[in-house]
Amino acid sequence: MSEFVIETQNLTKRYSDVVAVDHLNLQIRAGEIFGILGPNGSGKTTTILMLLGLTEPTEGWARVLGFDPMRQPLEVKSRVGYLPDQVGFYDELTARENLAYIAKLNGVARPVAHRRITEALERMGLAEVADRRVGTFSRGMRQRLGVAEILLKHPQVIILDEPTLGLDPEAAHEFLEIIRAFKQEKITVLLASHLLHQVQAVCDRVGLFSQGKMVLEGTVAELARQVLGGAYRVHVRAVGSNVSEALRKIPGAVRVHKLDGDLYQVEAQEDLRAAAARAAVQAGAQLLALGLEEPSLDEIYQRYFQGVTAHETQS
Amino acid sequence: MRPSREGSPWRGVWVVVAKEMADHLTSVRMGILELVVLLTAAVTIYLALQNLSSSSDAFLFLRLFTTMPSDSPIPAFVGFLGFLVPLIAIALGFDAVNGEFHRRTLSRVLAQPIYRDALLFGKFLGGLCTLALVLTAIWLMIIGLGLFRLGVPPTGEEVARGLLFLLATIAYGGVWLGIALVFSIQFRQPATAALAAIAVWLFFMVFWGMIVDLVAQVLIRDELRQLELKLFLARLSPNTLYTEVIFAVLNPAVRAFGPLLPIQFIQLQGWGVPTPLPLSQSLLLIWPQLTGLIAATIVLFAISYVLFQRQEIRA
Repeated sequence: MSEFVIETQNLTKRYSDVVAVDHLNLQIRAGEIFGILGPNGSGKTTTILMLLGLTEPTEGWARVLGFDPMRQPLEVKSRVGYLPDQVGFYDELTARENLAYIAKLNGVARPVAHRRITEALERMGLAEVADRRVGTFSRGMRQRLGVAEILLKHPQVIILDEPTLGLDPEAAHEFLEIIRAFKQEKITVLLASHLLHQVQAVCDRVGLFSQGKMVLEGTVAELARQVLGGAYRVHVRAVGSNVSEALRKIPGAVRVHKLDGDLYQVEAQEDLRAAAARAAVQAGAQLLALGLEEPSLDEIYQRYFQGVTAHETQS
Repeated sequence: MRPSREGSPWRGVWVVVAKEMADHLTSVRMGILELVVLLTAAVTIYLALQNLSSSSDAFLFLRLFTTMPSDSPIPAFVGFLGFLVPLIAIALGFDAVNGEFHRRTLSRVLAQPIYRDALLFGKFLGGLCTLALVLTAIWLMIIGLGLFRLGVPPTGEEVARGLLFLLATIAYGGVWLGIALVFSIQFRQPATAALAAIAVWLFFMVFWGMIVDLVAQVLIRDELRQLELKLFLARLSPNTLYTEVIFAVLNPAVRAFGPLLPIQFIQLQGWGVPTPLPLSQSLLLIWPQLTGLIAATIVLFAISYVLFQRQEIRA
């Protein structure tokens, strides 16, 4: 098996005249949390369906855990847990019955299934409502039941499609904790979302999707460097006459803005806090505060798509 | 050339069958239909018994299904089955696939290690088994009631003919289940699928006969050939096939189908019939009709299979 848990090469899906996924090359290592990021309709779900063998690629290939989803979908699907967006259950059955059906479809023996179901429900905090009909569940509970179902399979890879969509902030936060816990268990996670700060909060690496292509890929810091120019932003609050001049002269400073009054922002490719402090003091200014702002995916995202649109209007 | 798939398409079939049967048998919808069938059976058999007790007949038990007092406003039990069985089958199948879409459970279930084939076949088989179970139960009840009230045991031939009648009824139900399944895949809304299936049912129940008469009269002047054409066209309807099968099976005196059919209708209720045919000869008579029903079921399932394989999973 190669070092990559999920790998695709020129993976392409065309629907008559629309290209949903366009020559996608994706490589995800074991134990990684990878975020697929992109606006609606950028090919995230289609990619996931191809990885699971639920949709046939027009071109290219994919490997999941070394298996070909087209030829060996059963092997793939027995090792991969998938939580679709807008997860649905059989409302007239109880939580436990719903999970029992999935366990049977996975060929888990009855006593083992019973133990695993109880474990999974407890872990997701659903033990008390295990014998209630799913029809009475809230959206957050359904989502957690979806994760319980995934845990039941003891998967090596977990694919989550918009898992926090429609959850209230607290439930969403809990959900992110659950995802972080997967990392401790060395489970590889593929997370598709358009909620940027959540992706940033849990993902090791992200891939930015646009119109079926993965246009950017890397850690958040790497993306920031590519898109924003500077990955680090040092905020300097100093009172003095020519602070701006002095800050500009620091080697490594990409850009300096005066934000308001005596607050300056230095964009740089590394942490320049020490150098900025020195420069400000040497320029004879009174240094009042010094801070480092990490770039947000939000900004990267917006800046990137602004750039793309600007470029398109030019051409 | 598509690469071949690995793994059995049968995996999970019985899990799906068990789940479908459990769903059907506990659903309110089935409860109502069972009640209707039960009521029909009780009333028709009661009337038949009142009519039978005075007469002596070699095939007393078979008369249970077909006899009615001559002044009765309602048809015999078999007459009811002709339109009740399609209704039950449609009720079992119209939301088989689109119901899963609707509840958003389809992608979750197909993400388990089973093929689509297993889901579809399991759903079909689950419906058919439910139908068979209900019909067999009612059949046994009627036989039991007959034993109790008539006081004579059925002969071996009567039992064999009764079983054949049961088999034909299940095959007839299979055709309608197939139609419902095709619509449940073709239409995303369960209500649309149900209406479409009921429209087909009405078409064959009410309008097909008229259309056949009209077409035959317009196309051919020669009376005998006109009758032949009518018979050919009428047999395209599963209702005609089923009616012919149960006529011949339950009434050993029926020697041929064809332009004489209306006369035999009278024979079915009347007496003075020449020597009855042995079972093997009756079987030979209905063989084309019976295989026709089974073949139609298989063809309809094949159509639904192709439709389902081509369908995109994402909602």
